[in-house]
Amino acid sequence: MSTANTNTALDATPEPIIEARQLEKHYPQADGSRIQVIAPINLAIYPGQIIALLGASGCGKSTLMRMLTGLSPATGGSVYWHGQPVNGKFPNVSIVFQSFALFPWLTVIENVEAPLEARGIPPIERHKRALRILDAVGLDGFESAYPKELSGGMKQRVGVARALVVEPEVLFMDEPFSALDVLTAETLRGELLELWLDHKIPTRAMFIVTHNIEEAVVLADRIIVLGRNPAHIHADFTVSIPHPRDRKSAECIELVDSIYRVLTHPAHKDETVPPRTYGPGAPPKSKVVMLPHTRPGGLAGLLEILVDRGGRVDLHRLSEELSLDLESLLPTIDTAVLLRFLRTEEGDAIITPDGYAFAQADIQTRKAIFRKAALANVPLLRQMEQALRAKSNRTLSEEFFRDLLDEHFSAEESRRQLDTAIQWGRYAEIFDYDSQSGKLTLTEA
Amino acid sequence: MNAPALRAAEPAPLPPPAKQPAGSRSSWGFLIDIVVFLFVFAAIFGLYAIGRAWLAPARPEAQISQDPRDLPLYAFYSLVRMAVAYALSLVLAVAYGYIAASSRRAEMILIPLLDILQSIPILSFLPAIMLAMVALFPHSQFGIELGSILLIFTGQTWNIAFSFYSSLKNVPRDLREAAIIYRFSRWQRFAELDLPFSTIGLVWNSMVSVAGGWFSLMACEMFVLGNRDFRLPGLGSFLQTAASNGNTRAILWGVGAMIALIVLLDQLIWRPVIVWADKFKFEQVKSSAAAHSTLFHVLGRASVVHRLYQRLIRPFFNWLTITLTQRAFRAAETFGARKPGRARTWIGFLLVAAILVGLGFAVFHAARELSDLHREDYIELLRSAALTFLRVNSALLLGALWTVPAGVAIGFHPRLAPFAQSVVQTAASVPATALFPILLLFLLRLRGGLEIAAMLLMLLGTQWYILFNVIAGATAIPTDLKEAAQVFRFGSWDRWRYLILPGIFPYLVTGMVTASGGAWNASIFAEYFHFQGRIVSTAGLGSTISGASDTGRFDQLLAATLIMATIVVLINRFLWRRLYRLASSRFKLEA
Repeated sequence: MSTANTNTALDATPEPIIEARQLEKHYPQADGSRIQVIAPINLAIYPGQIIALLGASGCGKSTLMRMLTGLSPATGGSVYWHGQPVNGKFPNVSIVFQSFALFPWLTVIENVEAPLEARGIPPIERHKRALRILDAVGLDGFESAYPKELSGGMKQRVGVARALVVEPEVLFMDEPFSALDVLTAETLRGELLELWLDHKIPTRAMFIVTHNIEEAVVLADRIIVLGRNPAHIHADFTVSIPHPRDRKSAECIELVDSIYRVLTHPAHKDETVPPRTYGPGAPPKSKVVMLPHTRPGGLAGLLEILVDRGGRVDLHRLSEELSLDLESLLPTIDTAVLLRFLRTEEGDAIITPDGYAFAQADIQTRKAIFRKAALANVPLLRQMEQALRAKSNRTLSEEFFRDLLDEHFSAEESRRQLDTAIQWGRYAEIFDYDSQSGKLTLTEA
Repeated sequence: MNAPALRAAEPAPLPPPAKQPAGSRSSWGFLIDIVVFLFVFAAIFGLYAIGRAWLAPARPEAQISQDPRDLPLYAFYSLVRMAVAYALSLVLAVAYGYIAASSRRAEMILIPLLDILQSIPILSFLPAIMLAMVALFPHSQFGIELGSILLIFTGQTWNIAFSFYSSLKNVPRDLREAAIIYRFSRWQRFAELDLPFSTIGLVWNSMVSVAGGWFSLMACEMFVLGNRDFRLPGLGSFLQTAASNGNTRAILWGVGAMIALIVLLDQLIWRPVIVWADKFKFEQVKSSAAAHSTLFHVLGRASVVHRLYQRLIRPFFNWLTITLTQRAFRAAETFGARKPGRARTWIGFLLVAAILVGLGFAVFHAARELSDLHREDYIELLRSAALTFLRVNSALLLGALWTVPAGVAIGFHPRLAPFAQSVVQTAASVPATALFPILLLFLLRLRGGLEIAAMLLMLLGTQWYILFNVIAGATAIPTDLKEAAQVFRFGSWDRWRYLILPGIFPYLVTGMVTASGGAWNASIFAEYFHFQGRIVSTAGLGSTISGASDTGRFDQLLAATLIMATIVVLINRFLWRRLYRLASSRFKLEA
């Protein structure tokens, strides 16, 4: 696994606040083997930095963050807090949650006071401190309002105030702006950066989990790109563009492009998991390809746009035009790449002849092309087809396939994998699926 | 692109709620303060009266008056019993639910146990509780009172416990994590997260529980145990005595008093509590239709209440939180993952051992009791079980037959709904057992009158659960689906088949589950009754339990209880739970 740690840029900084050494997570399986969710990772958070952790959904970035904060126990390696191992004790950190996680029955000020209360600070003192921080984030006059009376942006301000009031050394943020509309998110980002740059908050480092490349580029001093299955550090960018950053500037666009390149063109074939031997009578060894979680419906739309643009398009520009973020665009791109309807090159998407045919075809022909591409390029669907064909009644229960997948993925992921495979297989008319009985039946041509 | 330019784009939040103008508080407030003070005086007097009655020498067979003028005092006695029983239920239920939700090992035992406890009718607890209490306080009325209270309690606590447990299990993960990362102490987690999140469930289940308490009040205030007669002055015993004597005038007075009391409680307690609980609704956006209670607003304005809160209650909770959290924080500072001390492990071990020994002892004695019964007895028991089974399910079917069309009609007519709902709510709050003597007056003249009366009682006691849920279900059917049915010109049969029945199905199942449990419990009142100086009874498991408790046949009582609990648990497992799963997978209306 690539652990491209940036030791070079950090010689000057003395001591990391939080350091993860060989931090990993895996789930044990019934047969004694284990599923690696997060590969051993080395990561250090130094004072004075904003770190962005970037990755597609489901790649394990939230889990990694929770392990760093102590919320989720690691299965290997450890987290050090100023050089001391953190075992079951919580370092002085805060989290700003995507869903705000405010207590709806407490007023704004009670929400902000609650963490101080937990530290045993007497009422008068904590009231003073809460008021001060509410003032700083622009919530003056809303002390006695309940969260449900506030707009999303105001709620997240309360979330930030609550996080800052305990004066955390590191402020963790879990996709803090992704539940907000674009403009509100932009406003909050700007305000947060202002507080940080003007040293109005005592926080010594920030760690932002995000799937928004631009957000990372505008805010962070260091961008860590997380690869999938198992999660590992895929790339580590140091950003030295001075603030305030203009996202339209050449430097920013170049950085965004290179991040796109990394994300769409993995250096190694990360998507493959070393094959295992199956028992006698089981399907032959094959590489397990992780399916991106998309429905086939969006595929044609993407390819049609590509055809309109002459077959080649810059992904960054495309995402901006469609106002889709990485989260929603990447899985569809991955799907098209997997089916060889598309290839990526230097952050551009280029349509293939198969993709062109698919985009131009009518509904029935599309299904036929999809079926051919799916059986040729998706080992899981091929396996499923073969297994169904091998049965005299052409029927198998979904549990059978889930058991197969369970050897490679965590329980939740294998359920999602199977769901996706069923979606694709139904669309391709490879098999029928009855959700009541959970039975898959081969579709006879 | 700089941020400040965009600041105006953020939608303006609602202004904070306007404060009451000071003038209106003082002019109104004075009057309200006086009323509040009067209530305090009344409460002190009441405490004195209760103390005198409870600490008096034991007087198990109180002469129950038939004079309507005694009704206020009797109603007061019953009310206090209900209040204490409910308070006890709430505390125990919260403890039970908390333990079940916080320990996986405890959960494995406590949750199935809850299912069983819920299915045991209160009369089956009667001998054990009464004998224990009388033995504990042989010379004081307190023992008998406590027995009656515990009896009410056994019918109330389980569903509250279950509600609290499932609320705790559903606390959103983010909130839990926020509480951990901000180092909430155990107490703070309980007071600021667990309890508020569960409040709405607790309130609704408390209402159901208290209604159940009124339903069984007659049995809890007056009963025979072998050769001992227990009578406690109260509304329930008043009604029971009136029924035994066939005193129609007294029955009517008693029923009237009970209805008045229940309506009063609804207005003075439950409405304000529901309005207050609204603040605990877990929602991100304020809903438009908020509940309303005049009393709640009036009380909110009373300066006495306000001051009491500011000066006494709030500082107390502040102090409590601070002391508890400071201690917890110091413990956390002293570091290291807390390992359970050796003493704690030992205590746990001893506790489990004690429980096992107790259990073994109980099973041994129960087996001995059961071995006293002969094969014919068991055949007889099974026959009565079959009869009660038939009766319960016919009552359910009858209930569904009229409540489904009625509920759908109410739910589909938004203008009819508020009016109909308040009528239905009032009707539902009248405990069916109180009406039972009146029913018997008429029905006993007919052939098979008790049979009809028994079914009617079950019906009266349980149909409301179905009706409420059907109304809720019919209201929840989206308008566009209704319009689609209209556009495609569905005939009325197709409308029922494709739109209404699937739409209300999950709600109907919820209602039927509650109704089924209620009907089994109601069988002990419906099949056996002291009326006009004799016992009217019809064969069934319920009458077996009542009769066995009356005559002190513990072996029979135990066997019948076991059979009933088994039947109810089995029906829940194999019928309702499956329908529930079907309802939540296939018939769930998702946006």
